[in-house]
Amino acid sequence: MSFPPARLRRKLRALNGFVSRGFKRRRQAPEELADRLPPGQYVESGWPVLTAGPTPDVPTDEWSFRIDGMVGEAKEWSWEEFHKLPFETITKDIHCVTKWSKFDATFGGVSLDVLLDQVEPLDAYAMFYSYGGYTTNLPIEEISDGKAWVVTEYDGEPLPREHGGPARMVVPHLYFWKSAKWVHGLTVMDHDEPGFWEMNGYNNHGDPWKEERYWGD
Amino acid sequence: MGGLMESPLPPVEQRVPGRWQIGTVSRIKVETPRVKSFRIELPMWMPHLPGQHYDVRLTDPDGYHAERSYSIASSPLDEGGVELTIDKLEDGEVSPYFHDVVVEGDQVEVRGPFTSYFVWRGEKPVLLIGGGSGVVPLMCMLRHRRRTMPELPMRLVYSVRHPDDVIYEEEMGDETLLTFTRKPPEGWNGHTGHVDAELIAEAGIDDGIAFVCGSNGFVETGSQLAMDAGFDPQRIRTERFGPTG
Repeated sequence: MSFPPARLRRKLRALNGFVSRGFKRRRQAPEELADRLPPGQYVESGWPVLTAGPTPDVPTDEWSFRIDGMVGEAKEWSWEEFHKLPFETITKDIHCVTKWSKFDATFGGVSLDVLLDQVEPLDAYAMFYSYGGYTTNLPIEEISDGKAWVVTEYDGEPLPREHGGPARMVVPHLYFWKSAKWVHGLTVMDHDEPGFWEMNGYNNHGDPWKEERYWGD
Repeated sequence: MGGLMESPLPPVEQRVPGRWQIGTVSRIKVETPRVKSFRIELPMWMPHLPGQHYDVRLTDPDGYHAERSYSIASSPLDEGGVELTIDKLEDGEVSPYFHDVVVEGDQVEVRGPFTSYFVWRGEKPVLLIGGGSGVVPLMCMLRHRRRTMPELPMRLVYSVRHPDDVIYEEEMGDETLLTFTRKPPEGWNGHTGHVDAELIAEAGIDDGIAFVCGSNGFVETGSQLAMDAGFDPQRIRTERFGPTG
């Protein structure tokens, strides 16, 4: 990145910023990837786990995905029914609020557009809910038009349980706590309401490019 | 005359977490060969809940930032600052800076305290299960209990690899059950090997609330053991360390 020039950035910092004495950058995102790394994040090649409680165990024959609440007609897909829907493979960068980002993560699943199309949402907000009790809120706008997927595969293999298997959300443009693991469904609502982490200190929206990590960001 | 009296006082700004502030490192304690604790005095200190964390931000002369989160080790009764205990990860970016560069008197930029789920609010009894540096937020709970409710039942099951790895060793009392997974100290007649059902049973707490903190693998095992011992999954709070640095 050449703009603003390093000299100018140094000057700006000297005017209004703090410099950590003796701190030297050690992690360098490759030049071609630097534009893909949001502020305050670092590149992680593994895939760390962030879960607030024990890992739920959901057999696929008991799993289902539901859409209910303010919709034309509520609907529920079993594992088998879900896998008859148009399946997509997506490759996305993901960003966790705990500071790591992972580039080019490949998932297989069904776009939320396909699912929402079948129920006709009548209002603007969604609350996702998971096996194990986790919830997270998202406006319908943030999960429409190719922005969100229910995935059951990672790298061509069944999604590991610790990462949300058998099925999780992937909403890559927001911090990853918005991508509910062990997802069971969503309720369409006429108002916004904070989910689990949104009640416990994380930002209601969670845009990594604006560093919306915590309340008040 | 009355004009001044009638105009309302400007509202006092609410102290919300999240403002970056420049703290001063007032004390560094070497805990183990790879773990140090840093006491940081804060101009905008506010009380935290045991289990919460602070974010640390390092800035180079070009304006590049590296940020990480660290659990608070000190009781909120130690007013005016926080103690962060930092495990050095050799290929990390922030922890080696703290270990190799920071000296007492240095300034560091931090903000917090954050998140309110992995926190202890005085529920009882309490079972703490910690692996390695996962003991840090649990020590905050232990320290706070000692100073506020020493009679409250709280046990710590603490797993480390080697004798060298015990953080806060001199503070460990009767409430702590220590186990060494690789090599116990010379003459050790306590527990060895990974945390198991027997060790959890010996802690003698099977209801109330459990906090489990450590690597992902450790937390998987620890939370399963707590469930097997009778804890409701909703009463088991976990915090997992991914590779970070």
